[in-house]
Amino acid sequence: MDNGSAPPCVVLEAVKLVKRFGTDSPPAVDGVSLTVSRGEILSIVGPNGAGKSTLIQILLGLLVPDSGQVRIFGVDVTQNRRRIAHRINYASTDLSLPFSLTVQENLQVFSLLYDLPDRKRAVSEMLEELDLGPLSSFRVGRLSTGQIARLGLAKALLTRPEVLFLDEPTATLDPEVAQEIRILLKERVKRDRMGLVYTSHNMREVERLSDRILLLESGETVATGTASELCARFGANDLETVFIKSMEHARLNRG
Amino acid sequence: MKIIDRNSPQGISKVGIVAGEDRESPSPGLLAWRPIAGILLRQLYLYKRSLPRWMEIFYWPLLDLLVWGFLTLYLRQGANMIPGTAQALLGGLLLWDMLYRSQQGISVVFLEEIWSKNLYNLLVAPITPFHVIGGAMLTGLLKVALSSGVAIVLAYFLFSYSLFSLGVSLIPFVMALLVMGWALGIMTTALILRFGQEAEVLAWGVIFLFQPVSAVFNPVSVLPPGFHQVAFFVPASHVFEGMRAVLNGKGLPWNELGWAFLMDVVYFSGALYLFHRVLERARRTGFSLKLGS
Repeated sequence: MDNGSAPPCVVLEAVKLVKRFGTDSPPAVDGVSLTVSRGEILSIVGPNGAGKSTLIQILLGLLVPDSGQVRIFGVDVTQNRRRIAHRINYASTDLSLPFSLTVQENLQVFSLLYDLPDRKRAVSEMLEELDLGPLSSFRVGRLSTGQIARLGLAKALLTRPEVLFLDEPTATLDPEVAQEIRILLKERVKRDRMGLVYTSHNMREVERLSDRILLLESGETVATGTASELCARFGANDLETVFIKSMEHARLNRG
Repeated sequence: MKIIDRNSPQGISKVGIVAGEDRESPSPGLLAWRPIAGILLRQLYLYKRSLPRWMEIFYWPLLDLLVWGFLTLYLRQGANMIPGTAQALLGGLLLWDMLYRSQQGISVVFLEEIWSKNLYNLLVAPITPFHVIGGAMLTGLLKVALSSGVAIVLAYFLFSYSLFSLGVSLIPFVMALLVMGWALGIMTTALILRFGQEAEVLAWGVIFLFQPVSAVFNPVSVLPPGFHQVAFFVPASHVFEGMRAVLNGKGLPWNELGWAFLMDVVYFSGALYLFHRVLERARRTGFSLKLGS
C-alpha cells in the first residue's frame, strides 16, 4: 500500500474488462475491475485457465478487450499504449531472452530498445543487483532455468518501470533465491513506489508479498481484499484454504 | 542480492528517474534510431562468435558462384554461344543472391526472436514492430554487402567477370531488388505471425516461388504463354530484363526500371498493410506467449 499519509495514487485502473475468444466460447475475462496504486503489490490468483494471462495481456495493452477500459497513468492503453510503454515492463517464466547472447549483451540490447540514459551503468548495476555479475559473460543458453528467470527479472527492472507485471516470477527458482527475489521486489516497490501486478500459484508467497489479492476463476473476480480480509471472509487460517474454498464456492454458484 | 539505490543522496548513479516522479520523456518515436540500433546490435552479437552463421553468409553464394562460373567457362568454349550469355548468367546469379539475402534478412530476424521466445519482450517494449523491421532491413543490408561483396570479388578473379560492367545502372537495379526482397520478407513474416511456426517454411521457400517468373537467367520472351503476364507484375523480371539490355549495349531501359520501382511500391505497401492487419488481428485474438516454444 501507499506508505505515508498521502492518499493512494492510482497508477493502473481497469474497469469491467470482458474478453471472449470466439462468439460461442465462454468469456476468458468477465467483468474484471481492479486498481493498483503506487507502492502497491496486487496479486492475481486463480487456477490454471482462470484468465490470469489473458488479463495481464489486456492490462499490458497487447490484447484489446471486447469491452471495458484499462488506464495506466490516465492513458487508455488500448488506444495509446506507446505513450506509457516506457513506464511499464513485464517478465514471465514463459519468456526467455536470446540464447546465443550473453547475459550482459541481452541487457545492453534492451537498454537501447528502451532508450535508457547512461546505459552502461544501468546494465552493470542491474547485474550486481540481481547477482548476475559472475554470469555476465555467459550465454543465456548455458544458464539454468532459475538463472534465466532472474535474467528476465533483470530485463524487467532494468528500465525502472513504474508499473511492473510479473507472471509467476519465482516458479522456477529454488526457495532461497525465490526468497531473495521477494525481498528485492518488496524493496523496489517500497523504494521506487512502483505498482506491481503479480501472479503466482504459491499461496504462501502471495500471502507474504501482496498488499491486496484478486481471486480469479473462469475469468470472473471471486473475491478481492488483503490476505487477512480474505481469510476472515472465508473462515480460513491461510490463503491456501481461502483459495480452495473460494474456488469451490465459485463453482457451486455457477451450478 | 543487493538493492542499489540509484537515487540515494550519495548519488551512486543518475540512471532513470527519481522515484515517484512522472516521466516526461515519451516512448521513442517512429524514426528513433536507438531501437533500430538495438535490433541491429542484437543481430551483430549473434554473429560475434558464431562460425556457422558466418559460413551461412558466404557458403551458399560461393558454391552457387562456382557451379555457375564453371558452366560459363564451358559455355565460353562453344562456338555458337550467344554473345553476353556468360555475363548474363553470372550477373543474374549475383543479383539474385542480393534479392534472396534481403528477403532472408527480414524473415530470419523475426524467426530468431520467435525461436528464442523473445518476441513478446519486444512487443512489450516501447518500440513498434516497424522498428524491428527497420533493424532487420539494416541487418539485411549488411549481409548483402558482405555476401555479395565477396562473391563479386571472387567472380572477378575466378571468372573474369565484373558486375560493375553494368555501370551506374547497377545502383537502381540493386535498389529495386532490395526493396522487393524486403517486401517479400515482411509478407513472409506476417504470414508466420498469422499462422504460427507451421508457416516457417515460407521464410526459406517463398522467394523461389518468384524465381521462374523473375527471368533471372533467361529473357521473359522465352516464358510460356500466361507466364509473361505474371512476370510483368514481378519487379525482379524488369530488373533482369534491364540487366540483359545493358549487357547487350542497349543502354539503361528506363521503362523497365520504372515498372520495377512501381511494382516495388505496390509490393512494399501491400506488405506493410498485410503486416499491420496481422498485428491488429493479433491484438484481438492474442499473441501466443509460448510462440517459439
